Amino acid sequence: MTSLEEFQVEAERYELSEPPRYRFDLDRREFFKLLGGGLVVLCFVGPALGQESGGGGRRGGGQIPTDINAWLHIGEDGAITVFTGKAEVGQNIRTSLTQAVAEELRVSVALVKLVMADTQQVPYDMGTFGSQSTPQMASRLHKIAAAARESLLGLAADHFKVERATLIFADGRISRSDASESVSFGQLTQGQKLVKSVTDDALATPAKDWKIAGTSVPKVDGREFVTGKHKYASDVKLAGMLHGKVLRPSAFGATLESLDTTAAAQMPGVTLVHDGDFVGVTAPDPLGAAHAVDAIRAKWSAKPQPSDAELFDYLRKNATEGGGRGGENSGSIEEGLKSAADKLQATYTVAYIAHTPLEPRAAVAQWEDGKLTVWTGSQRPFGVRSDLAQTFGVPEESVRVIVPDTGAGYGGKHTGEAAVEAARLAKAAGKPVKLVWTRQEEFTWAYFRPAGVVDITSGVAEDGTITAWEFHNYNSGGSGLRSPYSIANQKCEVHNTHSPPLRQGSYRALAATANHFARESHMDELAHAVKMDPLDFRLKNLQDARLRAVLEAAAEAIGWRGATRGGGHGFGLAAGTEKGSYVATCAEVLADKESGSVKVLRAVTAFDCGAVVNPNHLKNQIEGALMMGLGGALFEAVEFDNGMITNPRMAEYRVPRFSDMPKIEAVLIDRKDVPSAGAGETPIMCIAPAIGNAIFDAANIRLRSMPMVPDGLKG
Amino acid sequence: MANVTVLNVNGTDASIDADGERTLLSVLRDDLDLTGSKYGCGEGRCGACTVLLNGSPVRSCQLPVGSVGQRKIVTIESLDQNGQLHPLQAAFLKYDAFQCGYCTCGMIMSGVAFLQKRKNPSDAEIIRFMDGNVCRCGAYQRIVAAIKDAAKSVQGAAQ
Repeated sequence: MTSLEEFQVEAERYELSEPPRYRFDLDRREFFKLLGGGLVVLCFVGPALGQESGGGGRRGGGQIPTDINAWLHIGEDGAITVFTGKAEVGQNIRTSLTQAVAEELRVSVALVKLVMADTQQVPYDMGTFGSQSTPQMASRLHKIAAAARESLLGLAADHFKVERATLIFADGRISRSDASESVSFGQLTQGQKLVKSVTDDALATPAKDWKIAGTSVPKVDGREFVTGKHKYASDVKLAGMLHGKVLRPSAFGATLESLDTTAAAQMPGVTLVHDGDFVGVTAPDPLGAAHAVDAIRAKWSAKPQPSDAELFDYLRKNATEGGGRGGENSGSIEEGLKSAADKLQATYTVAYIAHTPLEPRAAVAQWEDGKLTVWTGSQRPFGVRSDLAQTFGVPEESVRVIVPDTGAGYGGKHTGEAAVEAARLAKAAGKPVKLVWTRQEEFTWAYFRPAGVVDITSGVAEDGTITAWEFHNYNSGGSGLRSPYSIANQKCEVHNTHSPPLRQGSYRALAATANHFARESHMDELAHAVKMDPLDFRLKNLQDARLRAVLEAAAEAIGWRGATRGGGHGFGLAAGTEKGSYVATCAEVLADKESGSVKVLRAVTAFDCGAVVNPNHLKNQIEGALMMGLGGALFEAVEFDNGMITNPRMAEYRVPRFSDMPKIEAVLIDRKDVPSAGAGETPIMCIAPAIGNAIFDAANIRLRSMPMVPDGLKG
Repeated sequence: MANVTVLNVNGTDASIDADGERTLLSVLRDDLDLTGSKYGCGEGRCGACTVLLNGSPVRSCQLPVGSVGQRKIVTIESLDQNGQLHPLQAAFLKYDAFQCGYCTCGMIMSGVAFLQKRKNPSDAEIIRFMDGNVCRCGAYQRIVAAIKDAAKSVQGAAQ
């Protein structure tokens, strides 16, 4: 399945495909008015690249526009500034994109500044998701900066009146070959108003020659974070700013029947807003706003809604008609099962889980002369801008969305709820308004990773060859649906749910986590059915060289062959490939049937995402993905009943903590010969099945539902 | 609750006028512009709001400002002195012990309190003490390494 098809089956992503409404005027005067004189290099995204960036025009029906996706400016003072719509949400993309530019301009990273995710300053970008920032934006920035280097060389050749081939470009200067004279970027761009554009053949430095990209550059603005100086959206403060709070309905989809705001309206400094089902307040401080909302008397009416107890039946029963879709089918399942020595049938489930970014949704909104500026944490600044423009009926040009580096998203911040709410309140109050969701609001009114049911029917020959593989996913989605194993007869399908019980959307790695949990658990069951070692069984059915390599590397690192089992110790492994990267995870657990305790002792992940851009940050992503994935694997689940979340607090929704931490090891396979793929998502895919398989190895108990041990091991 | 008019923060008496029922976190952030301490859960369960009160770590999201009294509050903003980072801040940079950074200030304040009590901590002691601080990005292993590393510097400085 291609990534484009994946967009069509992923819930909450339908809204990500709007074509850009706003086009930056290409008039060079615009650039130089904005940026000052110097050299500007633009990266046009043509039709081919446009499709890559998320299928922009595909469902819009129109022609895919040629657009600018990023630009670089070298000022008359030599300052290097890059403008990109990508958002920093903890994946350290600010650092790695800086490395790309520094690499091509042969300067230290300290000399490159990135302006990110400010809709007034950066070109349109679909959003920061799908592990696309590295394969697309980083490679474009390499090209942009390489084109800038070529332009500077041309200017220097004119300056020295020599052939450009004789010049030396190093350490932020351009020198004559005999080093007798050199010139800085600023000297060359002084008095210039040059606009260049990147062509596809711009010569980016190959990964094997990288000196800055490919190295463990620390987080470029790390000092701001350890000193508390970095301003997240929730830290922004404007003169005269008020604090807002919204009255939440009694249940999902509830409508307002009656409202009494008398008491709230009498509170000093409180402004009330009642607009349809939207009810909110502003007050001079957050507690005042909370008290005012508490004083509002409202009656809501809501329809009966399903509870978590009936979730998986509900997902099957409410599958959209017309059967499944999306998979690559081959051969005949019937024939494959006929030739099998063993047949297995099993069902796997995953619960709804919450992203729980530590910074909840937050926004500060300000109206000035009919123009709206909003600071908010989001992975889709331009999407939020569209939402705001539509909500308030103003042109997109009148809305500016600024996304400061954000307190994480994990796929959970594609929407702009807090931005819209703060803007509505600010409009009424006539003053800037800050609105920060409480944790309880975040646990209730954000969206969740879809729950899902996976049914697998399989057959295996005596020698361990998989003869049939039928795989049906209900509701969680199509990412990672297709098996990477070589199977002659297979059928893999997704069944969407027409009315999911909870608001659901993107989550780090999307459905790949559910699909890998089901597939790699089932692979383990098949291996045991034919009494083969789970590693050997996988290798027997696997052709893909890169996937084999990570599998073998992970197994080697944990000491799979000859590992001592028994005494409650067990080992499990899992592997998979998504979004151009390859991952295998091995886990060692200690499972105690008596007490029911399960402790993950070690987790080793081998990872291949092509040429490694920043080894230390890549390891950090892998380690973090393992920790995060461990929560969903073992104990995280959103509980709900009749239109409300019943565990909307940290005290009730357990996230991984220090004491849950296994000894984690990341093994990097650096493929300098292969373009870099993204790495923020894929490393989360295999930890759950690796743990589940290790629990089976340790305790002979097969767990087919995530979370696997919310209340301990029960045998 | 009566209004609070003075708060000793980072070695200085700050004049404020805040309803004593408000949380210390809100007053630090909204009135005194000390935004390094973060709101993460409002339940005292994530540690992002951790500050020191007479040297002990407290969850400022739970603490009514009216109950603080004369006690001395220390926030992340006063940890670096004359441009010199606290050893634990430096260790966080050295180990890249964060991703989004939202938990970092609270982690560092908890870690600083811990290092005042334990000069040569084991991993297990660090994990036990820090278990109330959540890093959703999962940089726990790096944070433990940073605290251990800083313990050496803190000890070295004390000798």
